[in-house]
Amino acid sequence: MLVNEKVAIEHGLKSDEYKKICKLLKRTPNITELGIFSAMWNEHCSYKSSRLHLKKLPTKGKKVIQGPGENAGVIDIEDGDAIVFKIESHNHPSFIEPYQGAATGVGGIMRDVFTMGARPIANLNSIHFGSPQHKKTKTLLRGVVHGIGGYGNCMGIPTIAGQTSFDSSYNGNILVNAMTLGLVKKNKIFYSKAAGLNKPVIYVGSKTGRDGIHGASMASASFDDKIEEKKPTVQVGDPFTEKLLLEACLELMAGDSIIAIQDMGAAGLTSSSIEMASKGNLGIEINLNKVPCRESKMTPYEIMLSESQERMLIVLENGKEDLAKKIFDKWNLDFAVIGKTTNSKNIELFFDNEQVANIPVNTLIENSPMYDRKWKKAKLPKKIKFKKDDYKKLKIKEVLKKILSHHNVCSKEWIWQQYDHTVMGDTIQKPGGDSGVVRVHGTNKAVAASVDSSAVYCWAHPLTGGKQVVAESWRNLISVGATPIAITNCLNFGSPENEDNMGEFVECVEGIGEASKYLNFPVVSGNVSFYNQTKEVGIKPTPSIGGVGLIKNYQNMITMNFKEINNLVLVIGKTEGHIDQSLFSRTILDEKNGPPPEVNLFNEKNNGESLLSLIGKGYIKSAHDISLGGLLTSISKMCIKGDKGIRLKKSKNLIHEIEYFFAEDQGRYIIEIKPDDLKEVSKILDKNSVHFEELGIIIEKDMFINEKTKVTIDELRSYNTNWLNKYMSS
Amino acid sequence: MKSSVITFPGSNCDRDMDVALKKFGFNNKMVWHNDIELPKSDLVVLPGGFSYGDYLRCGSMASKSKIMQSVINFAKSGGLVMGICNGFQILVETGLVPGVLLRNRYLEFICKNVFVKLDSKDNSYFKNLDKDILEFHIAHNEGNYFCTKDQLKEIEDNNQIAIYYCNKEGQIEDQYNPNGSIKNIAGILNKEKNVLGMMPHPERMIDESLSGEDGSLFFKNLINNIK
Repeated sequence: MLVNEKVAIEHGLKSDEYKKICKLLKRTPNITELGIFSAMWNEHCSYKSSRLHLKKLPTKGKKVIQGPGENAGVIDIEDGDAIVFKIESHNHPSFIEPYQGAATGVGGIMRDVFTMGARPIANLNSIHFGSPQHKKTKTLLRGVVHGIGGYGNCMGIPTIAGQTSFDSSYNGNILVNAMTLGLVKKNKIFYSKAAGLNKPVIYVGSKTGRDGIHGASMASASFDDKIEEKKPTVQVGDPFTEKLLLEACLELMAGDSIIAIQDMGAAGLTSSSIEMASKGNLGIEINLNKVPCRESKMTPYEIMLSESQERMLIVLENGKEDLAKKIFDKWNLDFAVIGKTTNSKNIELFFDNEQVANIPVNTLIENSPMYDRKWKKAKLPKKIKFKKDDYKKLKIKEVLKKILSHHNVCSKEWIWQQYDHTVMGDTIQKPGGDSGVVRVHGTNKAVAASVDSSAVYCWAHPLTGGKQVVAESWRNLISVGATPIAITNCLNFGSPENEDNMGEFVECVEGIGEASKYLNFPVVSGNVSFYNQTKEVGIKPTPSIGGVGLIKNYQNMITMNFKEINNLVLVIGKTEGHIDQSLFSRTILDEKNGPPPEVNLFNEKNNGESLLSLIGKGYIKSAHDISLGGLLTSISKMCIKGDKGIRLKKSKNLIHEIEYFFAEDQGRYIIEIKPDDLKEVSKILDKNSVHFEELGIIIEKDMFINEKTKVTIDELRSYNTNWLNKYMSS
Repeated sequence: MKSSVITFPGSNCDRDMDVALKKFGFNNKMVWHNDIELPKSDLVVLPGGFSYGDYLRCGSMASKSKIMQSVINFAKSGGLVMGICNGFQILVETGLVPGVLLRNRYLEFICKNVFVKLDSKDNSYFKNLDKDILEFHIAHNEGNYFCTKDQLKEIEDNNQIAIYYCNKEGQIEDQYNPNGSIKNIAGILNKEKNVLGMMPHPERMIDESLSGEDGSLFFKNLINNIK
């Protein structure tokens, strides 16, 4: 096939990018080479619109072993143990084919983690759908949940936490972000940097088929009416093969045969071989006739661009081929020596004894385009003047009912009950809490993880929203008694070519950077997903933050369920009554404007660290952070989970009761303590200048909101648990 | 007491079972599906997971694995063989226990705690247990037990039903049936009562930090019964 500008544009390249390729090669590329460039230079692989801004994120810290740039980030959890983790999007494929899209998203992220030598120990996900009324939402939700479960359950990795939201901005672009944590010994971490000349390059795993060709390019384009035609670009997953691949890789990794290893994710054999060569400053030579193929007569172009799943590329030490082959034979997986490392610094491909591609590796990576896209700064919206008279018409119980049963607050048990969350026998906090917690097998330690996003806040003011998501992740870890260590981020945005969307991206990243720097909560891995838009309309900016923390003694883990009658309930952090952008304002008052709640990083840090110290001293019986839906929503959940009631005191706070209960001011937690400990707890909080108030006392049953309003726990439970079940069965 | 846990390609509760057996005093060995000989054992466990990716039918390919001939012979000579979840599916495929396991009635994977009521205690697995109702944990997609009317009559007549899904109080009703199993059956025995297949995972409930502790009761009792 003749290559010209038109063909290049069909491959998703821009006219000037094509010209740059010809200039770099000093000739016209052939079709295989063009395919390789288009795969490496698309947004998904090259980060061409985001690189400039991602550089600003804090990525270093005392506990960081490996920051961004590898298959996943790595943090130190002491005693020679490390946690490898990352979050990644699989948005575009999941909209086109929800089951396979979501399943391969989970498969891909697990591969990123075990490529580094870590056994996956927990999965999480953040999934976002269109309005519940939209005709596709139910089918997509069901498909995505089945896909995530289908893959993770079969792999035998517990899915311990997640987040689900509905918003009409996702009607045409759902989001599926999958996160995995793996456990590895610090001295047994594997990297993707090739080293040494004439080292064998090994292909292992599934055979290569025609599935997923150009998947990465599809993920770098907006959707239009013909999106269904792109179904063949969605990969098909096989978790059984991945389970075998996991066991085989870990078996090989126990020895010292591997120099470098890289999974074949987006852009398959192309990106894996090029990345390994680039990091090692080497060349690589591949004989494509040696690649195990599932279908006959596959062309070099197809082999290089296939995104067949469950494949790995390994650079081995010389002489270890037989040993490695034996292991992969045992697990019934394909194994082939397909090439070697060279000193040419080029990627050279051969097929039927002919050279079919010869490209300098640096042209694909270092010389890939980088854009300083135009972007618009967002103004902080003016505060809404809420009329207190409007509150008078409201009955608190009715408001609470609407909020607890709101699709973004209600229990997501229908979803997580379909995920195996207890396999591996170490899950000590299941989905539905502030964070999922798994023990580090055979030790007293435990790792907590949560995933959060607040698209509404980010949409209202990206800078504040970016900060808020990081702060919420930090709070969710602290609420279970974990010391926050680091985060991974999945940045889901509209088109970078649109100044508003690009502005949202730039400012969210700035907010994330600011908060993670202040909280000493560095970003160690992540991914960017642009073009989440259909025609001209982008999604609400949705950075998902996956946070990881450590609990040194798992017996000290905290849960949110109220524990004991007569214990006191306190709120840490000040309630100012910020109603703008709260769920209350948006759903009850139907007011969608105004600024998101301010994030005061000093208070976040101070309140969080003070709570951690109270937990360390054993004063905290239960804890829960206050987020969407405000204070009364959080208390309700603690009542439901603990099957206990509460008698709330009349607040001394001067703001209106409605604002007190439903405002979404940040930096707040609800805690339960023993009455005898009040004096000591007050002393510590006062000493740290942490604002706190006594909320009430735990009683056997019923929630007494004020003298006039009583809600039973069964009522609370039915508000909170029924919506999703009803929705999915209607 | 010696136990063996068979690892098939795709097994994923093999380690959990190994941990549980060792915790309660078994000297456990992991056995690879391609082995021919079974080590000397007082108990053989077919663990949960997705052996052979559930291809063809859950458990069907594993039932033809090399090691299975030894397991079948062991069972036929009176040895204790316990299949949990996918292990139960493998057992029905070998014919060691009657019936089949269909997809859950709402066509969804279910992972949650359930209560089970013990029926017959005249076997090495449940004999001497103080409690009649245990809180167990399930995690499966194909746990909907089914058999013919004749088979049902036979297993009922022979007291082969080991456990039923029930509520906290032990009431066996359809609303407490998580997967649509006929008669709320959660686990059955063979005629000779030395082979047990059940969907719940006792190995996930072996300390108070996990889903519960009734698994500990089960294993402690099991090893005492075997001694």
